[in-house]
Amino acid sequence: MDYLLHILIVALIYSIFAVSLNLELGYAGLYNFGQVAFFGIGAYTSALLSLAGLPVSFAMACGMVAAGVAGGLLAIPALRLTGDFFGIATLVFAEMVRLFFLNERWLTKGPMGLPAIPRPFWIGEGIAGLPMFLIFCTLLTLLVVLTVRRLATTPFGRALKVVREDEYVAQALGKNVLSLKIRAVILGSVLAGMAGSLWAHYITYISPSDFTLNETILVLLCVVLGGKGTNWGPILGAFVIMFFQESLRFLPIPVDFGRLVAPLQGMIYGLVLILIMLKRPEGIISEYRGSPLC
Amino acid sequence: MLRIEDVTKGFGGLIAVNDITLRLNDTGITGLIGPNGSGKTTLFHMITGFYNVDQGRIYFGDKLISQLPPHAISRTGLVRTFQQTRVLPFMSTLDNLLSAAPNQAGERLSSVFFRPAVVRLEENKNKERAREILDLVSLAHMSDQLAGMLSFGQQKLLEIGRVLMARPKMILLDEPTAGINPTLIRQLVEIIRGLKERGIQIFLIEHNMPLVAEICEKIFVMDSGSLIFSGIPSEARENTRVIEAYLGREDRAA
Repeated sequence: MDYLLHILIVALIYSIFAVSLNLELGYAGLYNFGQVAFFGIGAYTSALLSLAGLPVSFAMACGMVAAGVAGGLLAIPALRLTGDFFGIATLVFAEMVRLFFLNERWLTKGPMGLPAIPRPFWIGEGIAGLPMFLIFCTLLTLLVVLTVRRLATTPFGRALKVVREDEYVAQALGKNVLSLKIRAVILGSVLAGMAGSLWAHYITYISPSDFTLNETILVLLCVVLGGKGTNWGPILGAFVIMFFQESLRFLPIPVDFGRLVAPLQGMIYGLVLILIMLKRPEGIISEYRGSPLC
Repeated sequence: MLRIEDVTKGFGGLIAVNDITLRLNDTGITGLIGPNGSGKTTLFHMITGFYNVDQGRIYFGDKLISQLPPHAISRTGLVRTFQQTRVLPFMSTLDNLLSAAPNQAGERLSSVFFRPAVVRLEENKNKERAREILDLVSLAHMSDQLAGMLSFGQQKLLEIGRVLMARPKMILLDEPTAGINPTLIRQLVEIIRGLKERGIQIFLIEHNMPLVAEICEKIFVMDSGSLIFSGIPSEARENTRVIEAYLGREDRAA
């Protein structure tokens, strides 16, 4: 039972993470391959501030702001690059952030990581706190989904889609393309920061190895599998992936082969990504509801 | 209304537009013609900010626009279409139009979150106007279809409708009738004339000469980057330089 609660909580945190990426990738068409950087910045900021004695909710808010500011700092120069180069810039940025966590020991304790990160006081420690944490995550996920749906269904979301479809047309119609993209990245970064700070306070221990390219690929898979550019697709994707990942633990794998599970997972994810691209590029939930164009 | 002064644009060694000066006052429909490669589209790109001018200035109304980015020029009421039809294929026909509505409060995040009623009201008004425009371009029955599924001709009509949605003062049309059938050309001509009736100025690049002669009150002719003629269409047909540009010069040395 506790194990199920654990999977649900992790799936919800990844849902928020996936929704944050979907805002950029699905709606604005920005191939951000460094989303884990903002997840990490949210996690570290929130963890450090709460370890310094500040209230957890305040620390989480700071984590989101820090991620948003970092998103803006990256977006303003990087978005002047075109398509592919933006992807590379974000990838490099994420690696820079990870190396910062690893090397700035005075702040982050380097590879030792940060242990004993407190949870919000009203949630309770250890296993006893799981139900409350699940409720907390559920509420935040709903809030995030409703917020992003609000964004997506208003003219702002439509303008993002125009940018995604054709930047020249967007400009010809008077849209400030750069400004729209920057706003999308900042919003996406804030939400990724929220997911990251939840992660930090849930797991209560973070280290630089939690924020690698693997996490970016995992969240990318959640978005693409679930259906990019849709409200519920990324969440569906996050649940499918998390439950799949956990179900591997129950396979009768001999102890000697245990070390093969992680690489095997990576291979399966790669295979799934390729199959989606080939067979159903729009994901499980389609943005275009059965249109023959797809 | 549109003033182009001594505008020049080169790409490496090639001078695509060479010191062009022209002025569109309150002419309803103005044509820009010339052989392929004469610099017409380049000039359009400069007017709309997609290319920077190397030299010269462009004014729209009293405003200097030649240093503005494309979206800022579009917001002054000078809106263009593209030579290759560019609908937003994965958005509905209606959304294609709605996204062109100018100055939407709903595109500002503060309004989205804190003034939802204003956004909703504005959106309803825009939808009403979009439906009127869909009627005008005979696409009302396609409003929920993805624009990418429309036929080529319908996409052309949608593009005109989308420009109209932007409440322009002047529309730049880059070859509006390229590749469409005669019936649709007639429909397009009617729409363009209707726009003129509404007080919208039209500046169009067109290769269909009978059409240009029929609808344009004034034409400019370009050849190899230079302006070689300006005046009424019937005079252009008599003009030696225009004839030479299209048919070639008689070689007396031979």
